[in-house]
Amino acid sequence: MRNLWIFISRYNAFFLFIIFFIVGIYLTVKNNSYQRSVTLNSSNEVVGTAYERLNVFKRYLNLGMVNDSLAAENAKLKSQLLALTTVDTAKYVKVVDTVTNQQYTYLAAKVVKNSITLRNNVMTINKGTVDGIKSGMAVIAPQRGVVGFIRDVSAHLATIQSLLHKDTKISVTLKKNNALGSLVWGDGNFDIKKAFVKEVPNHIKMYVGDSVVTSGYGSFPAGILVGKIIKPNVATNDNFLSGELNLFTDFSTLQYVYVVKDKKAEEQKALESLVKPNE
Amino acid sequence: MNSRIIIVNVIRWFLLLFVQIFLLKNMGFYDLSTPFIYVLFLLLLPFGIPNILLYLLAFGTGLTLDAFYDTMGVHATACVVLAFVRISFISISLNRDAIDDPEPSLSYMGFQWFSLYAFLCVVAHHLVLFFLETFRLTEIGYTLMRCGLSCIFTLLIILLVEFIFYRRTPR
Repeated sequence: MRNLWIFISRYNAFFLFIIFFIVGIYLTVKNNSYQRSVTLNSSNEVVGTAYERLNVFKRYLNLGMVNDSLAAENAKLKSQLLALTTVDTAKYVKVVDTVTNQQYTYLAAKVVKNSITLRNNVMTINKGTVDGIKSGMAVIAPQRGVVGFIRDVSAHLATIQSLLHKDTKISVTLKKNNALGSLVWGDGNFDIKKAFVKEVPNHIKMYVGDSVVTSGYGSFPAGILVGKIIKPNVATNDNFLSGELNLFTDFSTLQYVYVVKDKKAEEQKALESLVKPNE
Repeated sequence: MNSRIIIVNVIRWFLLLFVQIFLLKNMGFYDLSTPFIYVLFLLLLPFGIPNILLYLLAFGTGLTLDAFYDTMGVHATACVVLAFVRISFISISLNRDAIDDPEPSLSYMGFQWFSLYAFLCVVAHHLVLFFLETFRLTEIGYTLMRCGLSCIFTLLIILLVEFIFYRRTPR
């Protein structure tokens, strides 16, 4: 111990240098937004790439299940296709041009990192600005269910603020009567299969088994199935009702997600920004 | 004697920072060459100063500059590096017991020693400063050019100031 002290005091210039240098770098990175963003992005890139490599192996484990779900989805799409192609065109059918008028397009992305055990969960996907992903886009699960929002984007990767995060709030409606509410997770419940619908007006009646879908007011398209009510009409102290619901999304086995690109998002944002806050 | 050194250094600190912030901050050749004359204060601190005090002064001076340049921490880090180079260079080039000069200035130490000393310290300071400022390696050529040109500018001004305040002392 004494030798250690002698060693430190002999080379005190060097140790003091290390301490002050670290403090200086810390201040630089903490207080300058550009330096901070560079640090965060490059570390994200490194971590993300590492996880991507790791996932090449992990993917094989769930291959069977993913195959099944893809087959099921395929079958569903095929049956829809069949329904579309067998329309009797002789009978005055109005053709809607879905290519030029389509508002939403989906982009499939692979989850390279997922977390479900934290209070605020964030996942990483392997698509980035190169693929046209922007911060704030909605992300949905392959079959049914919502996942979250795009949070930060680098060139080839993006992070998703998942529904399992305290700041995530998604506008939803009860499918039966279009009553608006907002979907949140947490609040004393950290079960990844459950979430809450809050801020439903008091006069609405909820029943067990009611479907909850997205409202289409945020960046999510309308009508995406979110879950089913399991505990309706939980009175809160304000003028609103809450309900507990079972999520359709299984966050623990999520492998692929769809990022929803909204063609009119920027137009809508620009238009709505004309409204002044306290008008 | 002791209080005289303190007063001289305090006055020097204010003068150099005043010049740096109000004059040299607005100067520069095409954003390529910016002089940082305030390092002269750290260069001219007396020989007998304890390391911890030197580091604290360097860090504090850097932070003051940062406050005016809006680059929290960048100058402070560069100044700490300069302090380290200063301590290392002095301990390597001079015999600690034989130092009887009060401060490492041009008048006491001679042109050769002082110019090498100033060169090493300024280069270390500017390298750290410019790389922390750009914070990426993709523009390394441009950064190095800025760094080199700024070093030349700073060194010229430092030598100029030292020659202006040159006092012939018996060595």
